[in-house]
Amino acid sequence: MRRYIGKRLLISVGTLFVVILLLFTLLQYMPGSPFNDEKLTDDQRAVLYEKYGLDQPIVVQFFKYVYNMLRGDFGVSYTISKNTPISQLLQTRLPISLRIGGQAVLLGAVIGLILGIIAAIWHGTFWDTLSTIISVIGVSVPSYVFALGLAYVFGYELRWLPLLYSNDLPFESSVLPSIALCMFTIASIARFTRSEMLEVLGSDYILLAESKGVYGPRLIVRHVLRNALIPIVTVLAPLIVGLMTGSLVVEKIFSIPGIGSLLVTAIQSNDYNVVIVLSFIYSAMYIGIMLVVDILYGVIDPRIRLSKEAPHD
Amino acid sequence: MTDKEQIAEIIFRPDDFLLKGADETKLDMNFASQRFWKDAYMRFRKNKGAVFSLIMILLVVLLAIFGPLVSNYTYQEQNIAETNMAPRIPLLEDLGIFNGDETLRTSTGSKLKNAYVINKETGEKKDTYYWLGSDALGRDIWTRTWTGTRISLYIAIVAVLIDMLIGMSYGLISGYFGGKVDSVMQRFAEIVNSIPTLVIVTLLMLILKPGLMTITIALMITGWIGMSRIARAQMLKLKEQEFVLASHTLGASNWRVIFSEILPNIIGQLITNTMFSIPNAIFTEAFLSFVGLGIPEPMCSLGSLISYAFKSFTTHPFQIVPPVIVLALLMLCFNMLADGLRDAFDPKMKEM
Repeated sequence: MRRYIGKRLLISVGTLFVVILLLFTLLQYMPGSPFNDEKLTDDQRAVLYEKYGLDQPIVVQFFKYVYNMLRGDFGVSYTISKNTPISQLLQTRLPISLRIGGQAVLLGAVIGLILGIIAAIWHGTFWDTLSTIISVIGVSVPSYVFALGLAYVFGYELRWLPLLYSNDLPFESSVLPSIALCMFTIASIARFTRSEMLEVLGSDYILLAESKGVYGPRLIVRHVLRNALIPIVTVLAPLIVGLMTGSLVVEKIFSIPGIGSLLVTAIQSNDYNVVIVLSFIYSAMYIGIMLVVDILYGVIDPRIRLSKEAPHD
Repeated sequence: MTDKEQIAEIIFRPDDFLLKGADETKLDMNFASQRFWKDAYMRFRKNKGAVFSLIMILLVVLLAIFGPLVSNYTYQEQNIAETNMAPRIPLLEDLGIFNGDETLRTSTGSKLKNAYVINKETGEKKDTYYWLGSDALGRDIWTRTWTGTRISLYIAIVAVLIDMLIGMSYGLISGYFGGKVDSVMQRFAEIVNSIPTLVIVTLLMLILKPGLMTITIALMITGWIGMSRIARAQMLKLKEQEFVLASHTLGASNWRVIFSEILPNIIGQLITNTMFSIPNAIFTEAFLSFVGLGIPEPMCSLGSLISYAFKSFTTHPFQIVPPVIVLALLMLCFNMLADGLRDAFDPKMKEM
């Protein structure tokens, strides 16, 4: 088990290192330098280069860069808001995105689980069909189509909730974006829960439990759900990817001042520094969550916990 | 003459080996060899949703090919005099639908407007028809929708090729050789997989210009991993079996064992997985175009059309409907088709 965690940790750190190396290399090849003002003499430029450490060997620069990135010192934005430290830009935007993402995950997980459980218990009935239809639509229809539909019906026609995000109504204006974002989560979790539960329901140990007189909610919660939910952590990876891409779109539609819309603006206005920092943050979040998921999977699944070797090798 | 050459001299004829008691057991030779495909076809045909999806996809493909040809407009032709025209279709307009009427919401209430009317007293209309309306620059939405669909279908083909050429080979080779080769190849795949697609695409946008080429390259970098995993897992299951050993014993090369002995056994699952990656790829393109990182104007894809129509979707909602419907239909149908194929190739999955 310890070996397994160690190996996962090593791969994660390695990947993060590769990402930073990639980003650093890209930065080197970006056109222009911060000091290409023609009025500067060579001496002045040399002084500036020394001040910012640009005269040092590339390897030293790289490790300095890694150190700064990990410390949260991301440099300044060039075009979006001139010379503002990027960490300051993130300070207000990151919490908004995280909150909406978190709400979407929570809402999606709860509804998805309920749908999946209903479909599995009443397998083959109307409820099963309904849940399947919902999950097929949820997987197939892009989140921005939902977002547009919700915005039109509830934001524009009925005017129940704000059409655009406003900082004065942080909760009300995050309801529609969260619902639009969570459709994909609902669909994948419902689908997965259903198939896992059906598999467990057909297994011998459930037959044994039933013949020993366990039935009803107790059987479902203590025996079926507990075993069926172990592999559900594996769907988290595509879910996070879905949330990341979804957030870009949903933030655009509802004009949410989060990091997704910042990334889009940064790419369109060629603000390399911001793009690279956001890429780093997205990668770090993704790698971090995947690490937690993998370790969690190892901890909750006794088949992995007890085996000496790593699970998939 | 060495032993090896002597062995090579021996040539088998079809009647050298005969099945013992073949006359009594009445083995059906024709049916036996096609059983897998025929079985899959029979099961697929019974799945109404999948057949319906296949027909819808074919219909969309036909419309994407012929749709722009039958209209009088091109996808980039602008007509400033005829912007934001509501849909108007010959024949159907006589029934009172698609006659160019549009309800506009103003601060005082709503009013009915018909942009085609040139003489208000007689109600005479212009002799122009925008079947699905025109956009804010006076471009025909029918033509643009089907031109945009072509991009999505191109992406679908790209996704299939990436899965089949890169993902499949990578997984099969990695699984077959095992050991060091597998270890190195898997670590590489793991690292590529740990970088979110979004980040890879973003970084590509910095180096290359946004466009179809960039999206294709992005899909190439990220699209093969899922497929390679499945191919590898299947290979690990099969490579220890007797028929592989037999093939080795008869002197088959590694290449031959991988691609003509093992591959046919797992092709069903690989096809299913390929079908599942199509909607993903289409979605990626539509998503990028929607946030403005995709196809540049005046070219269009379904995503960029939705993005463009989104700007005026509270005033002219009809503009956003066609690309949204086509996109959702494509995604839904490819998903349902993939589901159907999975059930057809692997009936065990059906109960789940």
